[in-house]
Formats: sequence, structure tokens, C-alpha cells
Amino acid sequence: MSDIATQIRSYAARFAAPRPRTRALSPHLAALEAESIHIMREVAAEFERPVMLYSIGKDSTVMLHLAMKAFRPARPPFPLLHIDSLWEFRAMGAFRDALAEALGLQIIVWVNEEGRARQIDPFVHGSALHTQVMRTDGLLQALSAGRYDAAFGGGRRDEEKSRAKERIFSFRDARHVWDPRNQRPELWRTFNTRIRQGESIRVFPLSNWTELDIWQYILEDSIPIVPLYFAGERPVVERDGTLIMVDDGRMTLAPGETAQMRKVRFRTLGCYPLTGAVESDAGTLEDIVLEMLTARTSERAGRLIDFDEAGSMEKKKREGYF
Amino acid sequence: MTATVTPASTQRAALLDRLTRAGERGVLRFITCGSVDDGKSTLIGRLLYDSKMLFEDQIRILEKDSRVHGTAGENEIDFALLLDGLEAEREQGITIDVAYRFFNTEKRKFIVADTPGHEQYTRNMATGASTADLAIILVDARRGVLTQTRRHTYIADMMGIRHAVVAINKMDLVSHSRARFHEIVSDYLRVAEELGFDTITPIPISARYGDNIFTRSANMAWHDGPTLMEHLESVETDAAEAADHAFRMPVQWVNRPNLDFRGFAGSIAGGRIAPGDEIVAAQSGKTARVARIVTADGDLDHAEAGQSVTLVLDREIDISRGDMLADAKARPDVSDQFAAEILWMAEEEMLPGRTYLLKAGGQVTPVSVTTLKHKLNVNTFEREPGVSLQLNEIGVCNLSTSRAIAFDPYAELRETGAFILIDRFTQQTVAAGMIAFSLRRASNVHAHAMDVTKGRRAELKGQRPAVLWFTGLSGAGKSTIANLVEQKLAAIGRHTYSLDGDNIRHGLNRDLGFTDVDRVENVRRIGEVARLFVDAGIIVTCSFISPFRAERMMVRELMEPGEFIEVFVDAPLELCMQRDPKGLYRKAQAGEIKNFTGFDSPYEAPQTPELHLKTADMTADAAAEEVIEQLIRRGMIG
Repeated sequence: MSDIATQIRSYAARFAAPRPRTRALSPHLAALEAESIHIMREVAAEFERPVMLYSIGKDSTVMLHLAMKAFRPARPPFPLLHIDSLWEFRAMGAFRDALAEALGLQIIVWVNEEGRARQIDPFVHGSALHTQVMRTDGLLQALSAGRYDAAFGGGRRDEEKSRAKERIFSFRDARHVWDPRNQRPELWRTFNTRIRQGESIRVFPLSNWTELDIWQYILEDSIPIVPLYFAGERPVVERDGTLIMVDDGRMTLAPGETAQMRKVRFRTLGCYPLTGAVESDAGTLEDIVLEMLTARTSERAGRLIDFDEAGSMEKKKREGYF
Repeated sequence: MTATVTPASTQRAALLDRLTRAGERGVLRFITCGSVDDGKSTLIGRLLYDSKMLFEDQIRILEKDSRVHGTAGENEIDFALLLDGLEAEREQGITIDVAYRFFNTEKRKFIVADTPGHEQYTRNMATGASTADLAIILVDARRGVLTQTRRHTYIADMMGIRHAVVAINKMDLVSHSRARFHEIVSDYLRVAEELGFDTITPIPISARYGDNIFTRSANMAWHDGPTLMEHLESVETDAAEAADHAFRMPVQWVNRPNLDFRGFAGSIAGGRIAPGDEIVAAQSGKTARVARIVTADGDLDHAEAGQSVTLVLDREIDISRGDMLADAKARPDVSDQFAAEILWMAEEEMLPGRTYLLKAGGQVTPVSVTTLKHKLNVNTFEREPGVSLQLNEIGVCNLSTSRAIAFDPYAELRETGAFILIDRFTQQTVAAGMIAFSLRRASNVHAHAMDVTKGRRAELKGQRPAVLWFTGLSGAGKSTIANLVEQKLAAIGRHTYSLDGDNIRHGLNRDLGFTDVDRVENVRRIGEVARLFVDAGIIVTCSFISPFRAERMMVRELMEPGEFIEVFVDAPLELCMQRDPKGLYRKAQAGEIKNFTGFDSPYEAPQTPELHLKTADMTADAAAEEVIEQLIRRGMIG
């Protein structure tokens, strides 16, 4: 981890003393960057209590990077919020803390204490209940407790069908419910930010980015990411065709199961029992981008919670999931 | 689980090269318009499939879905299923909202807004069109140019799209006939000739089989124009054209981290800027020069339309969110009166005279439509008379804002000529507007300063002026209480005047009836008269049913804070019907009067009135006393 810690410190230094780019961003990335910055500034100007969801993954980290850029020389005028499921990869927590400290940002870490007390365990209770209690319920608790009127999320429209229809400024009623049939028309870059007491808006500044855009931007703008995205020898168990990494002692192996060291990496990050690894040799960002160009499997395929049925993400979103 | 393999080093250079070139032509946004049957979703599915944007697992899901929901043949992929996002829609077999899709080729990144062809969803198409550089208008080769083709063409043009592609689809079903293609093209050009597209490009295609999409069709060797993809890769974007406009940057946010730095953050909507350039804050007319263009990648020596920057100026001038920074030598219009095209997007109709919120860039101000000049029929392109706008109707209107706003005509620059209207109660976006031209220059209209002021007039009378606005059902007791209040005020030497149906409806407003449009205008005029009385220093009582919250709020906002006192005279409908002092309920029951409030026309009760009088449980005199006490408590009278 010392490697990544050094990398994060030198990354943070560039916001204190910005240097001109040596090579221009690709034109389409420059356009996406400008659009995201525009969206973030609208939120900062129009809401009283915005917050930025930070999930530690690559999309979130790009979103945070854009926020650092949008408000420089000021700091982003809102806190970060991490909904900690207690089952994330250990490397994620370390990365989060190092990044927040180096950038001098406030990060609120929220745990659904009721779920902690009930000892919700994805291995025992299954992915659906775990996600509902630790992620969705935890998120709603945190948003209510903070009385946030706007919450940034790192969702992209290319991730999943129901996201493709969601607005950039997505209205939620006082119970945090999304009504896909009653969305506000969203024209030009003129966002309707008006809400009543208790209502809120979820804001998706990365709506128009694709997974490849994200990776190419991380490469071109040198953004640090959690080392789990890079290939490395890691202990994994194959379950139902998915490689699960044994990240801590809470994972009990079935009789006959043994953890094998394999060279793997992760295309998305979340709770380790629910996140499948892929075998890969991609050790650098360039490798990852090249792998992306030839990859034939979409990233959500690594997320076990989407597999039950095609409409499952839309259901979760209506219930308040990001 | 699918293992992925890093390509061999020989391929690396080629792939990385391809990647860096992928975005060299930037981003092109386009919309596809057509009905469910024109093969619109199939076309987008085909674009995603042929540009190799689909992953194996997505194809697997698609194949599975094709078997369950698909309408294509046995063992054929139904590309349309990729696009229909939400469960319910998939079951109905139609797309009902705007969905965005992404793909890229070696030259460009593309964002596609998939918008529905159903009539009732005009607003969705306008939404998709508002950010699009180009529109693909799909025509079924068997059916030719239809009413909906005209509609899509009209909306695309109205929303400022400069490039139209007429994709004549299902050519395979008309034997790839060149004659049929040319027949449809000439029909279409007749439709589009009076509109403002820069380019119109007809292309014969078959989305289902991929003809003339990515590859030139062997079936239609006679086609000498570009393939769809060749055209999409080469057409000029709006952002590139905006850079040729005069400089414009609406200020989003003032960046002031400490006393040493003050910058104005925004996205450049038009033109170019460099340090040393003179800019003007359009609304105030104050000028300054640009000292620095600050970004997180260091200061820039120039910037142009599409970039998000922070400008530092060489001197301190008062600028805040909503101001527009502009080229000092080519300034935008600044006006509180302008003409615009409005697309109405809400179930509740647009009523001239009602107050909405207008949002243009960071500018937010109350606004009302002063005149609906005419409606536009999107099917025939003809002007039609109208008094209000219903959902999905388009009107040319004159608007009046409370504060002057800075803008450019929409046809010159979309970003600074566009606005939305927001309903002040539901907070919904109810309309999209495109400004045509300014009706006057606000700076030329100077209020004539009076030497005897409102304060002076009130002082002479020893009172503070106010509006006592009595609202409630007919027969609730409004006029009775107002009359008693006026008597009590006169008895203590206060100057008053009463406005009610008797002295307004028979004179000033005798041209108005009782439709919703007329009720709004009725209250607007009463509000203006009341304002004049308040200006004269008088305590004015107004007794009107005034059933709509929006209009009562409009009158409230005409007054200074504290001057408007809303008195809700509240009696149950049954009691009012029983009292029926003017015999109106009897007539309404007999069908002799239409649109009678409480009977066949709604009454929206006040939510937070200054005074709530329940007249079923109190005498009129006690109610009047409460009003007097309220005036004393508020310091209106001593």
C-alpha cells in the first residue's frame, strides 16, 4: 500500500499547484469533463446541502477528481459520503482514507447500525438482503440524517437499461422514491433544481460517460485508483462460475473448497463476496484500456446482484438505490 | 466467467492509436425520430451492434429477451429490445421516454437520444432534440411521408437542430427501388423547404439488414450519397459553430475561497476569450478586462465555447450567479419583454396572465405570458388562434419578466436563447421556451420618478396602506365582512376603498367571462387596480372568490412584503348553498350558470392565509373585529 499512498500524495499536490498539461485531453473527454464540471457547479450554486456519494470505485474517484477540478482553487463545497457495507475489500477502506486525507476533504462514513447489530452477512443472508439493508437502507438513513437536498452519484447511462432513461437531475420524493413515469423533462443544460421541503435530487454528473471513457480519462489525466483494478496474484475461490476473492477470515470455505492463487483483477469494486474477479494480466492503465477495447463482457456481469432478472436494477432504483 | 487476454504487443500500438483517434472529432449528439413501426429502435440497435459496442453477455441477454418478448422472426435478434429500458414499457412494446445510448467509431463518440414517435410525447422529442446536433428522421419506405414525419421535422427545426438526415428505411420491402426513394425524397423536401435546416441528407437504408448503415449496400448501388455512418462522422457539431458567435458566459458560481481570489465560474456558451479581452456584465453594463482564465490544469491563454472555466477580471465589478459575461462590443439583449416560442409540457394548461418561474442559465425570475399571439400546428405548420396552451401544444407568445434578463435569439445561440418555465406550486418543469426577439430594450424604459411618494401619501393619511384580500366561496360572507371592516375603519378615521364584483365586473372587467383564462385576467386586473390604491396610501378591501392559488400569489407579489393580507373566508359549501344570497347556486343547479366555483369549477383553498375566518361558527361582526385586530397587530393602523 505504500506505493499507492505515495501516488495519492503526489496526485493531491497537483491541485495545490496546477501545471499546464503536456498533452491535450482527447476532444471527446474534454467535452465530457466540461459537461460534468458544469453540472457540479449548478448543484453547488442552487442547493443548500449537497453531498457527494463516494463509493471508492473508479467512477466515484473520477467524479471526485472532477469536483476537485470544478471548484479549484476552492475545495468542493460539499462533504463526501461513503455508505460502508462492512463487507468491502479491505484495500478500499485504506484507499478512501488516504485519498480524503491527502485532498483535505471531509468524508462521512455511514454504517447502518441496525444491520451491523443484526450481523447481516452476504454469505449467510444472500446478496439481495445484504444489499437492501447495508446499501439501500443505509443510504436512505444517511441522506435523511444529513438532510441533504442533493446527492451526487457516479452512475452512468451506459451501465444498465433503466439508467439510460434517468435524468441527470433526478427527482426523489420525500420518501426517496424514484418515479420513472413522472420524470421532469430535462432540456439543454437548464436543470430544474426546485424542490419542496423533504424532497431531494440525485445528480449524475457522469451520465454521458461510458466505461471506456472512464478508463481512458483515468489514463490520460493520471488519476489514482484502488490497486485491485490491476492484475495481481490473489487468493480466489470459484463459486458458480464466479471467482470470489478471499479478502478476510469471514469467508468460510465449503468442504473440498480451497483458495487458489490466481492472477486476477476487478472491473468493478464493492462488497467482496458479491464481486467477481476476472483473470487478467493487465498490470497498468494502458493494459486495462487495451483489455477494455478487446473485452467481450460488460462490467455489470461482475456484479452478482444484477443477475436475478433483467428488471432488477429498476426495482432497486425505485426503492432508493443509486 | 469469461477470461480476458491482454493483446500481444504487436497489436498494442495499433489499438492505442485507434483509441486516441477515437475522439478526435469530439462528440456528436443526435436524435432518432420515427414511430414504433418505422424501425427506430432497430436502427439504434443496429448502430450499437455494428459499432461492436455490445458485449457477449448483453448479446446473450438480448437473445434470451428476443425469444420472450421479441417480434422478429425465429432465431433472429430483435435489436429493438436493447432500447426499451423499463419493464412496463417492454411489456407494452413501446418506448415512452427519452433514453440515451452511446457508441463510438474510430472517428467520433456518439450520444443518441432515443425519443418516441407517439403524439402525446412531443415533449420527450423536444427534450432529446434540445441537445442534439442532428436529427435522423425515419420514414418507412412503404408508407412514405406521413403526418408524423412533418411533426418530427417541425420539432427538430424548432429546437434548433441544423442538420437533418432523412433515413428512408425498410428499402428491402420495396425491392430497393430507386424510384420509390426519389419519390419520397421529393415529397420530403417539399415539407422541409420552409424550415431552417442547414443540410438535409436523404439516405436509403435497411436497419434490419444493415444496408447503407456502416457499409455501402450492394442492393442499392445506385445510391451515390454517403452511408449513414460516413455522414454522422463528418457533420459539423453545434459546439464548433457556437465558437464563431460573440463571447457569452453565464456566471454559474462565484469562486471566492479567500480574500485574494475572486473568480467567475461558468461554461462558455458562445465565442472565444483570452486574457486582455474586454467583457461586459450584460445586466449592469459594467465592463472589465479578463486577467486570467483559471482551470485545474493551469491558466489558459485562450478558451472557447464548450469549455468550463473560471475567469478572473482586472477590476472589481459586482457580478453574481445569473449575470451574463459578454463581449463588450457585441452585447446580448437585456430586456423584460420578449417574444418566444413555447412548447407546453404539463397536463395543466398554460394560462396567459398567470405567473410562472422562468429559468434561463442561472437567471430565475417570475414571468407571465402577456399575449398568446397564435398557436402552431405541428402537423400542418399553420398558425391557429388560441387562448391557452394544452399539453404538447406550441405557441408564439409575448412574455414579461419581473426582472430584465440577458439573452440572444435562440436561432443565433441555443444556450443563451433557451429557457424553461416552472410551475410555482408543483415545481414541475411545464414548458420549454425559445426566445425569438426582444420587444424593447429595458434600459430605454425609465420609470418616471414622482416627487410625492407612496410613503408621503400614506404619511398624510396617518396609516400604512394594505390590501385585505377576502377569498372564499360565493355566499361565504366576504362582502358582508369587508363592508363591516370598512365601516369600522371609517369610524376611526382611516382611508379605505372596497373592490368587489359589483364595481369591477360591471365596469373595468365587463369584457371578461368565467372561463379559467378570463378568471386569471380578472384577478390580474384587480391586482393592478389594488396596487394603485395602495400606492395612493389607501387600505383597500378586495372581495372576490379568486379560486386559484396562482393568481392570489401573483397579486401578493405585486405588493411590497407585508402589504398583502389574505383573509380566507371559510364556510362549508352546504352552508353557502343554503345562504345563497344572490340565488346563484339555485341557478347553477338548474344549469343556468356554467363554471360556478364550488359547483362545477374548482376552488383552491389558501394553505397559509394571514387570517382564517370560519364563518359557520362566528358572526360577521366578530369576523370583522378579527380583521381589525390583525391590522393593529401588523402596525397598519395605530
